[in-house]
Parts: sequence; C-alpha cells; structure tokens
Amino acid sequence: MSDKIMLAHGSGGKLTHKLIGDIFRKHFSNDILNKGDDSAVLAVPQSQLAFTTDSFVVSPLFFKGGNIGKLAVCGTVNDLAAAGAEPLYISAGFIIEEGFRLEELEAIVSSMAETARAANVRIVTGDTKVVQRGAADGIFINTSGIGVIPDGINISGSNARPGDKVIVTGTLGDHGCAILLEREKLNISSPVQSDCAPLNGLINEILKICKNIHVLRDPTRGGLATTLNEIAAQSCVGITLYENSIPVKDEVRGVCELLGMDPLYMANEGKMIVILPAESADAVLEKIKSHPLGTNARIIGDVTDKQPGRVIIKTITGGSRILDMLSGDQLPRIC
Amino acid sequence: MCLGVPGKVIEIHGNKCTVDIMGVSREISIDFVKDVKIGDYLVIHAGCAIQKLDEEEAQNTLRLFEELEELSHG
Amino acid sequence: MAKFIDEFRDSDTAKKMVNIINGYKGKPVNIMEVCGTHTMSVSRYGIRSILPPNIRLISGPGCPVCVTPTAFINTAIELSRFDNVIITTFGDIMRIPGSNSSLLQEKAEGRDIMIVYSPLDCIQISIDNPDKKVVFLSVGFETTTPAVALAITQAAEKGIKNFSVLSANKTMPEALKMLAADPDTKVDAFLYPGHVTAITGTKIYEQLAEKYNIPGVVSGFEPLDILYAVILCLRMLEKGEANIQNVYSRVVRNEGNPEALAKLYDVFEPCDAYWRGIGMIPGSGLKIKSNYSSYDAWKVFDLKPVDVKDPHGCICGHILKGTKIPSQCGLFGKACTPENPVGACMVSSEGTCAAYYKYENSTNNI
Repeated sequence: MSDKIMLAHGSGGKLTHKLIGDIFRKHFSNDILNKGDDSAVLAVPQSQLAFTTDSFVVSPLFFKGGNIGKLAVCGTVNDLAAAGAEPLYISAGFIIEEGFRLEELEAIVSSMAETARAANVRIVTGDTKVVQRGAADGIFINTSGIGVIPDGINISGSNARPGDKVIVTGTLGDHGCAILLEREKLNISSPVQSDCAPLNGLINEILKICKNIHVLRDPTRGGLATTLNEIAAQSCVGITLYENSIPVKDEVRGVCELLGMDPLYMANEGKMIVILPAESADAVLEKIKSHPLGTNARIIGDVTDKQPGRVIIKTITGGSRILDMLSGDQLPRIC
Repeated sequence: MCLGVPGKVIEIHGNKCTVDIMGVSREISIDFVKDVKIGDYLVIHAGCAIQKLDEEEAQNTLRLFEELEELSHG
Repeated sequence: MAKFIDEFRDSDTAKKMVNIINGYKGKPVNIMEVCGTHTMSVSRYGIRSILPPNIRLISGPGCPVCVTPTAFINTAIELSRFDNVIITTFGDIMRIPGSNSSLLQEKAEGRDIMIVYSPLDCIQISIDNPDKKVVFLSVGFETTTPAVALAITQAAEKGIKNFSVLSANKTMPEALKMLAADPDTKVDAFLYPGHVTAITGTKIYEQLAEKYNIPGVVSGFEPLDILYAVILCLRMLEKGEANIQNVYSRVVRNEGNPEALAKLYDVFEPCDAYWRGIGMIPGSGLKIKSNYSSYDAWKVFDLKPVDVKDPHGCICGHILKGTKIPSQCGLFGKACTPENPVGACMVSSEGTCAAYYKYENSTNNI
C-alpha cells in the first residue's frame, strides 16, 4: 500500500473511500459527518447566522507553532468570532497534489481535529480532490464555517466611532515572523513561533461583560497596520496608535531589527483587534488579560474624527507618521 | 544601505562568531574586527561585524544627552 | 530591553531634544542626510513632523535603492532568465522597476531568485548547487562592499568556480564633493552616514568642511542620535563654524576600519558610475579588479549595460540635491506614484517623493 497520495485517491472509488475512512473520518468523527451524506443537515437556532470561507495555501505547510490544517480551523473560527458569533460547524475541502505523503496528510488532519475540539466546533462535511504533480503546492485547504450571533450583538468594521479605544489581545508579528524564517534561507535561529490559536473562547468572555463591542477583527495578512487601515476606511474614522504601547515579543523585535522589517505588517493568527467605547476599555482589557490567550493585551490607540480613513502612529519622539496599508510583501532589507 | 544592529557575542569559532540579538542568533564573520571576546557587542551589517561597539563611548554619549537636558532648563 | 538600542530610543530624552530644536529661531536651514537608512529612520520616528518650519531635512542621494540604474536591473533580469543561473540578492532590490519588469515579477514567473541576508551565504548556496551559476547582485556603499569583497576572497580560497558578483557598488566621497561644489545645492549642513564612516573614517568629511565651509555631524541611526546631530548642526550654523563632529563614537573611530577598507580595495578599484537621477559621477563607483575577474559577473557572462536615459520630465536630480521639492515635478502624483514609480526618488518607499506623497495630506513639514 503506497505511502503517498495517488490520482486514484481522488477518483471517487475504493481508494477515495479508504482515504476518507482511514484519515478524515478517523480524526473528524462526529454524528453529522459519520452519516456520510452529500450534505450535512444542521439544526440552527432562530438567530442571525455568520457564514465565512477561507482558502489556505501557506508555504511551508509545517512551521513552528502549527501547520496549514491548524491555521485553517483557527482562521475560520476566528472570522466567525470576529462577527460576535459562536462558531458551530465547519466544512473542509482539500486539494492534494499527487505524491503528497499520507503521513503528512494525517498529521495535518489530526491537527485540525484537535484544534476543532479545542474550539468546540465540529467539522461536519468535506471534499477531497487530487491533482497532478505540480498543480498544487502540496496541499490547499478551504474551510467554511457557520456560527450563530446572539441577540443584541452588532459587530462590524463600520462601527468604530471617535472616542473609542483600540485594544490588541497580545503580541504582534509572531506568525508572520515564524513563516518568514521558515520560508527564506536567512540562517537565523530564533525561538519565534506562530501564535495560531482559536479565539472564540476569549471573545465569548469579552462579550459576556460588554455587549457593546464595536469592532472585532483579527490582523492576519498585512498585519495590524493593514487591518486598521481597512477598519478606518470602513468606519470613516481616523485611528491614532501609540508606538510605546504596542506589544511585541523580544525575539520578533530581534528578527525585525536584523532584517529591517516592521512587526506591524506581519501576520497574526491568534490575536484580535477590539474596538470599543472608552468607558468599557479598562474592564474589557482586564478580562482579556485574565485569559490564557490574552495575557499580553494592551490598549494601543484611539479612534478619532481627524483625517478619516488614515492611521497615524505617534512615535517615541512625539512625532507621528502615517501607517499605510501594506502594498506587496514586506521583504528583508539592508538599507 | 547601512542597516546595522548591535549583537552580543555568545560563541566564537575561528573567524566567525555567533551573536545574540534579543534572543535571536546568527553566525557572522569577524574578519574585520580584532580581539573579539564572549560578551562583546558587535555592530552587524550584512552578516559581518563592521566594528566592536565601544561600551564606554556609548555611556559617554548617553551622558552628553543628559547634559543637554540640563541646558534646556537653563 | 535591547541593549545599546533602547537607551537611544528613550522617549523623555527625545522630547527634550525636540524642545531644544524647536527653540531654534535663526534663518531657514537645509540639513541633508545622505544615507537611505537615515531616510528610513527619520521617516519611522516621524522626525520631520516635529521640526519647526525653518529647519528642512533633505534626503540626498545616499539610498542605493534609489540610485541603482535601471540598466543594472535590466541586466539582472536578463541573467535571471538563464536556466542555469540562481540570482541571490538583498530584499531591497526586488521591487526596483526595470524598463519592463522587476525581480519580484520575475520571481513570480518562476525564475530562480533568492533573497539573502549576507553575500557570505552565497558560498554555501554555490556549493549546494554545483550545476548552477550563482550570481550575487551587489549594490551598496562602503558599509556593504567589504562583505562582498570577503565573499569573493573566500570563494577564491575555497576554489569555488560557480559564483560571481554583478556589481554596481558606489562610494560616497565623490558624490558628496559634487553636492558641496554644486552652486545650486542649498545644503547648509550634512548628517553623515554612521556606518559608512565606521569603515572609511572621518577624514573625507574634514576636507569637504574645510574647502566648502559646510559643517557636518557623523550620526548613528537611532532617533536620539539623529536629533542630537541636528542640534549640533544648528549650534555650528549659529556660530558660523564648519567643523565635523562625530556623535556616533560608540561605533565610529576617526580612522575608520582599516581591515575592512583593505579588503574592499584588495578586490575592488574605483571607476566611473552612473547614479539614477543624477547621471555620471567620475570615480564614484567600484569595479572588481582584473585578478578576480572570474568572480566578476560582467566578465563571466560578457554583459554590457545598456544606457537607459532618465524619463523625460523627471527632475530627481534636483530633488536629490535639494534644489527643488516634489510638488514642483510635473510627473509627481500623476505619471509617477509609489505604485508606479518613474524616478529614483519615488522608487524607495521612503525616498523623498514617496515620503512627500504619503504625507502631502497631513501637516508634516516636508
């Protein structure tokens, strides 16, 4: 029996069923999935639903702190949590390159199952396709997710208001930095790890003490800077950040100093931006800090009515600069 | 083209050494700096040490900044 | 706490220095920095935003990203299209536009282009890929060139035959003399690049100060270094002095680094060089000496750079000399933007025009 994925694994016949049983159903097992129907039939309460989809094509597939599978489940759970939703069900579609090692596939799938359990969500339906060698970079994963939004919760990128405070739930740049070091051959040793984690538990705690959260968003691709620019544009507000307040791990700083890079543009996969009325900020901050995934949370800035759509950062000199959206990828520099 | 960062020497092997910058380490060349010792700080650029950081001069410079402070109150 | 970094980013001290600078009530002055890393640092710490209107900080031609000629990028792209060539480069070069493409675009097309942190890494890459030719794209000034020279001599010692360097390295003194001697240049004082000076020593600036009566301060790159250097420039200008002061003494010795300089001139020798936006500056370039010609990619691949004229209407030369500001350029904001840079000053994300474009809607003093 081959230890690699073959085109036949995607053809719908015996090999496909064996693959699904041996790997997918073995790890994802739950009542809905195990029915084996073409569609998952779900019971959802009368409520607003949140629905999200993401495709994951990260390279390398395995990195310090996680892998593409864990990333996929966390990404979808966090997108739902950012709508104030309780994530319930996830679908997982796999496009696998011919020749991919079964051992690696199982490691990815097992990791997804573990993450789903930690986030209290079920993977209820999925799909597997196999493409010819060279047509995919090892494996691509698409996950979609459904969650329910409790009454009274209205969270959106267009809800930021002047006077609001901006909180970040922890240190910035960990994931982007970890990926950079794995991907480029820079010969740098560092304890940096991806911060990949499901945040729905943490968000749930926040919403219990403050129903009036205005914006939640995870600063993934493009980092904090890009995500705040998106929110500033959506809400037509200005945002001012305070450089001294922004939490960054020493080891991420070390890499950034060496390579001339900015952690504010590096992806985060286990952090959330929380924008809320100033009067609730202190209490919510304390709540976040008491959660294991929020111990390094800080208030990092204010929402203003100055220069709508712009993000400004006040630096240690007292001067300020514009924090633009990222254009293109950030690259190591020598200048 | 001058991005340089101070790294602390933690290991020496011949004409190379390992430096630590806030928990991150990298092997660099010390062909251009003499008498490198463990614990020295080197200024690193493009994988080479371009000079040893003079710790006494660093303190002198910081003192000059402090003296500037006093002048501004004068 | 990052030792020898964070102490030089102390917020309270920075704000006190800013107060002193804002106490300057003399005539308007132009202070020019000539190092891309200074430009980056000034921008990162928002230093222009806290300067009073009578102090202008100009970014001169010290950014190798900005002054690397289009022809060099075109040649690098041409090389990357050979099947058996691996291009190794600093990240800075990837986005510089050539006539039709960039290295970043070529990488997306599947060319073998690797970003390296150090030219010395190319040695192992060459050993690991014996059937490929590894070419390092070498740009930079006196800070970086010794490392490239070292890579070449190490490759020679190890008998490596599949490594070569495509060089466009430059030196500062001739460019500085040109700036100081140009009657149109309105520079009152220079901030000299700390790491170039760590290699060259301070003598080159002393001659400039004497002959052209322009004071200068050798400055490090942390915000306190830069602010303090500005204060010293102002003090010298107020007193009518034209001296050179070194406030980066923790790294810069007056005699520079003789070992590094010796290695540089062991492998390289001066030549004429073309600076994008300025033109030819005689004696301002470095080329690989003939005894290392087997490591000279220009010779190994028999390449000849084709002259590419600066686009019509581009006034980067004036911007780099501080004689005009971006809003005076007909291409600025129209044909020339950060997404589609035409001239040198827009190419780097922190070049004068790119910075001006970003800040033009704010109250920053550019």
